[in-house]
Amino acid sequence: MKYRAKIEVSLKPGHSDPEGETASRLLKELGYAVNAVNVSKVYTILLEAQTLGEAKAKAEDMCKRLLANPTKDNYTIAVEEQK
Amino acid sequence: MRREEIKVCVMRVGGTNCDAETKRAFQELGVQAEVLHVNELVKQGNLLDYNVLVFPGGFSFGDYVRSGVIFARSLSVKLGKEIDTFVDEGRPILGICNGFQILVEYGLLPGFEGTSAYPEATLTTNVPQGFKCQWIRLKNENKGKCAFTSKIPAGKVLRMPIAHGEGRFLFPVEKEQQMLQKLVDNDMMVFRYCDENGNVADGKYPTNPNGAFHDIAGICNREGTIFGLMPHPERAMYWWQQPDWTRQKQMAQYGDGKLVFESLIDHLTKKI
Repeated sequence: MKYRAKIEVSLKPGHSDPEGETASRLLKELGYAVNAVNVSKVYTILLEAQTLGEAKAKAEDMCKRLLANPTKDNYTIAVEEQK
Repeated sequence: MRREEIKVCVMRVGGTNCDAETKRAFQELGVQAEVLHVNELVKQGNLLDYNVLVFPGGFSFGDYVRSGVIFARSLSVKLGKEIDTFVDEGRPILGICNGFQILVEYGLLPGFEGTSAYPEATLTTNVPQGFKCQWIRLKNENKGKCAFTSKIPAGKVLRMPIAHGEGRFLFPVEKEQQMLQKLVDNDMMVFRYCDENGNVADGKYPTNPNGAFHDIAGICNREGTIFGLMPHPERAMYWWQQPDWTRQKQMAQYGDGKLVFESLIDHLTKKI
């Protein structure tokens, strides 16, 4: 079966996000009433698995082994079957 | 082991830099050094012919995903067994700048309980943000465990350049004091950012150029055989690499970077 996993990797709360802070500052300069900007990365992964559960487990493993560093990153995973 | 018998492997992939300078620094001190692409080492299966492994600086694999992580994971798949043997036998491994990021992402540093399956720390975006290319000062805080600083007295202030955008060393926030204590207790703390008088930066920019926790610029593993640092010792090897050589009437032949390479060679030549 084919699945699409959408993985969002974001900084853990409390970790400074210099890229977000810089974007926030500039958005304010451009006249927007911005309170905060947080930067995250989204990976859209097309993968093969037998079941939805297996696809989720594989996506979780990908985060642990490559996509997220547990020292600073949180991640969320959304998996759906591809028609 | 005699000096001329020591063989150093400087491992290269797309995006590494300063590999030539690193090789030259070792050769200057009379040891054998080669720059080898990781695929060449996989093909030849000869990593264990070398006594020292160096991950040079740069931007391996374009710093995609996170600095150093692609090289680290690819290495664990391609040469994981050889790296395990290298570590188990206590053969020294040095990571400079991107090399430090690789060692942390691989789980070789800090390596409180040996190589960890997942990284225990990170080297992340500088605070304040931006690529920093400047000369900084470092204080040697190691008390003798680190093979790469064995000839540097504790407390000595060194001058080296940095060139990175992601050098902010961090532990997980909830464990940072506990991990810092372990680092100090096991003599794994090596270099901290300081001013020219040896006062540590205490987090203050620009003495601490990247916002690193506890001003950490370099650490070693619990055995002292694996060492990672953000500054570039190979760019502080010769007098003509110093930023002020045109203003000085007389300069020492070598810069402070030499002490790192010389310490390692001293460590190896004392081994039977």
